[in-house]
Amino acid sequence: MTRKGRRLVLITSALAVIGVAAGLALFAFRDGVVFFVTPSELAEKTATMRPEARMRIGGLVQPGSVQKQDERHVSFAITDNQTDVKVTYTGLLPDLFREGQGVVAEGQLINGVFRADSVLAKHDEKYMPREVADSLKQKGVWNDGSGPKTK
Amino acid sequence: MIVEIGHYALVLALALAIVQALVPLYGAIRRDGPLMAVAQPAAVVQFLLVALSFAALTHAYVMSDFSVVNVFENSHSLKPLIYKFSGVWGNHEGSMLLWVLILALFGATVALFSRGMPDDLRALVLAVQSWVSAAFLLFVLLTSNPFARLDPTPLEGRDLNPLLQDPGLAIHPPLLYIGYVGFSITFSFAAAALISGRIDAAWARYIRPWTLGAWIFLTLGIAMGSYWAYYTLGWGGFWFWDPVENASLMPWLAGTALLHSAAVMEKRDALKIWTIFLAILAFSLSLLGTFLVRSGVLTSVHSFASDPQRGVFILGILVFFIGGSLALFAVRASALKPGGIFAPVSREGALVLNNLLLTTSCATVFIGTLYPLALEAVTGEKISVGAPFFNLTFGPLFIPIILAMPFGQMLAWKRGDLLGAAQRLVLAVAIGVAGMVVLEAVRGGPVMPAILAGLALYLIVGSFVEIYGRLRGAKTLSNMISRALGLPRSAWGTALAHAGVGITLFGLAATGWGVERIVTVRPGEPVAVGPYEVVVRELAPRDGSNFKELVAHTEVREAGRVIAQMDPSRRSFTTRTMVRTEAGIVTLGAGGQIYMNIADVRVDGAMDLRLYWKPYVALIWLGCLIMSLGGLLSLSDRRLRIGIAQRASLRPQAAPAE
Repeated sequence: MTRKGRRLVLITSALAVIGVAAGLALFAFRDGVVFFVTPSELAEKTATMRPEARMRIGGLVQPGSVQKQDERHVSFAITDNQTDVKVTYTGLLPDLFREGQGVVAEGQLINGVFRADSVLAKHDEKYMPREVADSLKQKGVWNDGSGPKTK
Repeated sequence: MIVEIGHYALVLALALAIVQALVPLYGAIRRDGPLMAVAQPAAVVQFLLVALSFAALTHAYVMSDFSVVNVFENSHSLKPLIYKFSGVWGNHEGSMLLWVLILALFGATVALFSRGMPDDLRALVLAVQSWVSAAFLLFVLLTSNPFARLDPTPLEGRDLNPLLQDPGLAIHPPLLYIGYVGFSITFSFAAAALISGRIDAAWARYIRPWTLGAWIFLTLGIAMGSYWAYYTLGWGGFWFWDPVENASLMPWLAGTALLHSAAVMEKRDALKIWTIFLAILAFSLSLLGTFLVRSGVLTSVHSFASDPQRGVFILGILVFFIGGSLALFAVRASALKPGGIFAPVSREGALVLNNLLLTTSCATVFIGTLYPLALEAVTGEKISVGAPFFNLTFGPLFIPIILAMPFGQMLAWKRGDLLGAAQRLVLAVAIGVAGMVVLEAVRGGPVMPAILAGLALYLIVGSFVEIYGRLRGAKTLSNMISRALGLPRSAWGTALAHAGVGITLFGLAATGWGVERIVTVRPGEPVAVGPYEVVVRELAPRDGSNFKELVAHTEVREAGRVIAQMDPSRRSFTTRTMVRTEAGIVTLGAGGQIYMNIADVRVDGAMDLRLYWKPYVALIWLGCLIMSLGGLLSLSDRRLRIGIAQRASLRPQAAPAE
């Protein structure tokens, strides 16, 4: 093979691999990406969204809203103190899940009820999911320093 | 007093680092021997000063000196001694001090073990290394001083975050940092080559031990971090495609590519400019990782210490070094004599394919990790890119790597015989396909795990075919053993490291066969998990030094017989009023594990349990250990030691004596 031919093989294969990778990435971005919304944004956007779109909802667990149907079927409401969304979840809630505390749920909105397949609670007494803290700050319900107090 | 000495030592180290960054550089440009000779003692003393500083902080932790803010915020007099030591780097300030310590350690090691190296190369390498350490010393002193005092002195500390009170903290960060920072040396070598405009096969031999060393530690660090997450986070996950994990995976991928391209450069004097670029890339990604973790720009299960102002400083360091080195690369790379070009079907061709796939997969991880940040900065929209994205992009790119790995070992330099290699790999392919069919027949369910497991078997067998080929001619067993021992250690190293990848892949594939059960039980009620049965015998309270816990004494049974016991628990830490669950893990059979976590204990004594049976799961980390072992063997190869490299570079025409 000539020098030119060898170089051609190298460049074509490099372009082919990069092309495939770019294609895969674009394809994966269509389905593999999850939007984060607050309960208020969810209410606004419901009309425009694909019905089966996956998303994450962040906010506080509405005090008094947690109901356990049986051992593992739980429902609760996530609120940003303006709007709230009813969430259903099957499974064990994380250790740090508490009423009035920050939470992020990931899943789909089905007939106005958010069906979560994973629930993340804040990490320790200070830490809360960053998106939740940001959106609460925007809404003015954030007390700096010690986190939001609900009672 | 000791604390002030530590602080002062750090200031002195900075002053010395600035001297070491400038004087040898000037000396190398002016070809002035005495000025270049400043580098070596300066690097050693710089290390000693940083070590003194680190020792002072450790002393403050062990003595529980709560007049130091850092100790007050992260320690407690009742904390077990091991966490007083590891607590030193269990916080932002201390971990940055550890970073600088390792950086200085590498500088000192180059200074001490570089007898055969040309003087100007050594001076330039140490100068560049010192630019990096000066920047980070400045960062520590200006934004993250671990020695700040507190007045009046509190009586008791706030204790370390309970999630970090774990032996994992003692091991994981040092391993990972040695890996990250180890690439600083190859970076310095690359910058030195660009400044001096000279690069040859000897250069590739100088960087070989450093690249390999950094790679070994990074592999171990990532594996350790993954295992730590697995047993502490409580739901049996071991890799979350979390940005912080990706931050360590990216330098690993670039470093793996570097390791292979440096081999081409060493043997065939080709891919020179590409190798330099990879050396810059590997360290740039390490710096990026440090930025992502330390600046707190990410939502992440790992960020325990974050501060945006520090973020801007690290971003400055990042821009300076990445931008600076790439600018240097752009200006000077054309001055380097390019290497030859070679046949596509050859060992070097296979290594180029490896590089292409590794860097592209690294790029997809990069995009998936940084796209959400970029999108949020530009549009304010918040998204998360999770496992589905990476499985769809990284996965398909990694499969061709797995397929090509045994071929690469089999092809000769210059001109390979693809058909011949394929014929010799028939056995490996057969075992892979047979494994796939049998596993699917036995396990059932989705086909993906069986396909991946079959690929893994192909890779494990294929890794040793080359060595087997070399031993086949032996007549007797003793002849075969002596031949096996006579093979270069780097050949064994390659085979082991490649097989390690296969073993890890097998463990990953087997996660598809796992069983998960979420149950509510009372003591004495048996629960079936996979082929086993788990019974909590009793629930009992127990006191630890700085926590109280509720322990579930549990038996694992097989066919009615008790085969193992475990003690998962729920710990309440008194100082931070926080609960942490301790998973119970039992390893059974071929690396399979029963994993049990107590999610909740109710007033009436019933427990909510998460129970998992994870067949072969331990192979994931065992494979990483084997990869590192392969690296270690390769590192110990006598022919590739630095002294030999130096002799070879003095006599470039002479054929190797062995």
